[in-house]
Amino acid sequence: MTATGPGTTSGHRGLLFEEPLIFESGTEGRSGVDLPDPPAVADRLGGLRRRTALGWPGLSEPQVIRHFTRLSQKNYAIDAGLYPLGSCTMKHNPRLNEKLARLPGFADIHPLQPVSTVQGALALIDTLARWLKALTNMPAVAMSPAAGAHGELCGLMAIRAAQDARAAPRRKVLVPDSAHGTNPATAAMCGYTVEAVPLNARGRVDLAALRRALDGDTAAFMLTNPNTCGLFEDEILEQAAAIHDAGAFFYCDGANFNALVGRVRPGDLGIDCMHINLHKTFSTPHGGGGPGSGPVTLSAALAPFAPVPYVVHDANGFRLVETAGDAAAGLAPLGRLKGFHGQMGMFVRALAFMMSHGADGLLQASSDAVLNANYVLARLADRMSLPYDGPCMHEVLFDDAFLKDTGVTTLDFAKAMIDEGFHPMTMYFPLVVHGAFLIEPTESESKEGLDVFVATMRSLAERARSGDAAPFLAAPQFAPRRRLDETRAARQPVLRWRRSNHPGEAA
Amino acid sequence: MRYLPHTPADRRAMLAAIGVPSVDSLYRDVPASVPQKPRFDLPDHQSELAVERALTALAEKNVAAGAVPSFLGAGAYRHHVPAAVDHLIQRGEFLTSYTPYQPEVSQGTLQYLYEFQTLVADLFGMEIANASMYDGATATAEAALMARRVTRRNRIVLSGGLHPQYRDVTTTSFKHLEASVVALPPDPSGGERAVDAIDGETACVVVQYPDMFGRIADLTALASACHAKGALLVVAVSEVVALGLIEPPGAMGADIVAAEGRSLGNALNFGGPYLGLFATRERFVRQMPGRVVGETVDVDGRRGWVLTLSTREQHIRREKATSNICTNSGLCALAFTIHAALLGADGLARLAALNHAHAVRLAERLARIAGVRVVTEAFFNEFTVVLPKPAVPVVEALAARGVLGGVPLARLYPEVPSFADRLLVAATETNTEADMDRFAALLAEVLQ
Repeated sequence: MTATGPGTTSGHRGLLFEEPLIFESGTEGRSGVDLPDPPAVADRLGGLRRRTALGWPGLSEPQVIRHFTRLSQKNYAIDAGLYPLGSCTMKHNPRLNEKLARLPGFADIHPLQPVSTVQGALALIDTLARWLKALTNMPAVAMSPAAGAHGELCGLMAIRAAQDARAAPRRKVLVPDSAHGTNPATAAMCGYTVEAVPLNARGRVDLAALRRALDGDTAAFMLTNPNTCGLFEDEILEQAAAIHDAGAFFYCDGANFNALVGRVRPGDLGIDCMHINLHKTFSTPHGGGGPGSGPVTLSAALAPFAPVPYVVHDANGFRLVETAGDAAAGLAPLGRLKGFHGQMGMFVRALAFMMSHGADGLLQASSDAVLNANYVLARLADRMSLPYDGPCMHEVLFDDAFLKDTGVTTLDFAKAMIDEGFHPMTMYFPLVVHGAFLIEPTESESKEGLDVFVATMRSLAERARSGDAAPFLAAPQFAPRRRLDETRAARQPVLRWRRSNHPGEAA
Repeated sequence: MRYLPHTPADRRAMLAAIGVPSVDSLYRDVPASVPQKPRFDLPDHQSELAVERALTALAEKNVAAGAVPSFLGAGAYRHHVPAAVDHLIQRGEFLTSYTPYQPEVSQGTLQYLYEFQTLVADLFGMEIANASMYDGATATAEAALMARRVTRRNRIVLSGGLHPQYRDVTTTSFKHLEASVVALPPDPSGGERAVDAIDGETACVVVQYPDMFGRIADLTALASACHAKGALLVVAVSEVVALGLIEPPGAMGADIVAAEGRSLGNALNFGGPYLGLFATRERFVRQMPGRVVGETVDVDGRRGWVLTLSTREQHIRREKATSNICTNSGLCALAFTIHAALLGADGLARLAALNHAHAVRLAERLARIAGVRVVTEAFFNEFTVVLPKPAVPVVEALAARGVLGGVPLARLYPEVPSFADRLLVAATETNTEADMDRFAALLAEVLQ
């Protein structure tokens, strides 16, 4: 059976529902919220009462519940199965963390309440900062960035501020070929030009090339460690020495901190600045694309430039420094990066995760994450192709050499994994290997679960190599949709519903 | 440890399959001089009950805004969120999914984001919207950056009515670019002449609506003045509920709308996570930052959705991307979408009318207190009052008596001495008549 047949009158097929847009099922004059009549007042709108029609559809509460329940059923999720997206760290999201983040004392406090009424919230931010500083062995942390890329912006701006303060501005940032796209994009937002540094044959930064690229105009080197090939940068101390000798700063993209937490402290590696994706390593839910949180740890040299706001503790308890003018003497905040004080809801979840694990559990978690990735590597090495030798860290990188002449691409393989009930791995990233498969199982997966995954991957690899390309090319067949036409979406963008998009359809 | 599935036997079997004696040997690429497994001055693992107890104790040290009469706004307005919203966003299929990079198994997320984009564009009277930004402040900065790209001009004018944190985030964002940011002085009186600040090098004027002081004003003339000089009008909105009652920026000529959307569906959360909204004109789409979902069909011709126009984005364009944003506020956008779906056009209009009526009644009450002047003529649900005393100690005294009585402008504008006696007060549907009576009575008492 394929996903399209057999046809039904309703368009649904058992538990697979076709769900229209809310604009197609809603009706004027209906609402899912009961509100009292407003008290009669003479309005003070200055003649600006809305005249432009608002097209929001009207639905009752049961219709809304059913609509979004049906939509949810079209999504893959960690709660449903293995989600091995490399560099994304799709680990279990404990429900305790959700419960605690919703306590009224955290969720229902206003960011501008008098600080005397939010001492617990400020204590929580301070406690989380203490954990992050301890786990990284770095002296300071800026808590306000909203996500990893935002943390990069914070870190690079701190670097730029530090260099502008002490010498002639430097104009260049180095990134490895294998870097996340956010790294060069962030550098550009700070006014830097970007220069790529190649990898060596072992999948690490080519140290000689890095040394050649470093000069008096180099502001920083941005490295992900473990890198995006899933490998520990074994010459990282030499990199740090070369960077510092050139008067540059060592920025670490902390997306892959899950391999190291509790075992290796980035501050011991010569790193000056690292963002931490709380939504990766510390398990705040990804929520279909966010929200995240990206605190940035800073060395002593960079700490004075941390942005506002930040929390300080004095004889009267905790308080917030919210404007640059309020900063203590000797500090020179780089400015403000976000409204209010950072992602409090994520802070609560991350601290609950850390406290639940404790120092011992975080070490066990990173150890299990690395164990799981190496288990996948060991069990697949003879069926798939490894561009670089292991051991890997928390993720394992394969290339598509094993698919040579099969007529099956990495994309086809990924779509076949969907039919087998797995979310695909990160594909075609990093760009340095051909047809990359970047697999990150995380510590949340059991051995039994990994065994099913490994058996599936072996079977798919064997089928591809046996010349049976058809099921790959047709995949996915068992998902809510088969392959979607991305070219059409980009060439003729339809980015919103309009009645005229679908003349003749019910609206 | 309750979240880790492996037994010691599992770990042994897996190490044997790998062919190493211990996990430590998997870390052999870490330089020998780097300490491994250091002792941390941090506690060991704890039970669910113990963690719940510890964090609940911290939560209880805070005064929840809903526990007392609360009149705080200044970019964060307390609204009632229907129970269905939080129930639905906690479905694991939404909560624990990633960015929808594999569209065939992410149609749920993609479809609600497409609905979200439509709702946002329609709310603002704009043509298109993206799939969210971090918050209103960062969305405003991104709007100014986009105006610079669209116009290829390097001068940004910020109205003095713009939230000072939005102003500061925008200024910080431009710090290292070859551009100038002109921030007009804050002026609660409404006498600002932003039109006079536009010249032939101006990329955009950024104006807030309703503004920081609660004031609403027609932006049509400002939009025309911008367009006459080849500049764009960027409108920042920090209270989206207002758009249920007042003309949308799109109808007044806005080119980009950047907003804080948290008011719908999301909690106050002490300032984060919030929900950046970003809407613009179709002709500017290729300069728009952030993810965007588009409609397409699958190989069987069935309608479906994908992330699209990704050649604007960092993972494709790298240093030439329109923005570095990757993770956005997906789940907050879902909460917004569900709340909007529950309200519908009629519900939003009613909610907005309720907010406005409460604010008008509160303004009337406060204006009757000796020495208190309401200085905002036209407003939605927030207005500025002048007190006969400095506002910071007044607000502290009110808090001590169990009322969160507004935001002193001095907290947000410490550099403007003349704002010391100014208080920003908001009222929403969550404030009862009894709340307002209590606030007015206590304010009168504190001011005596």
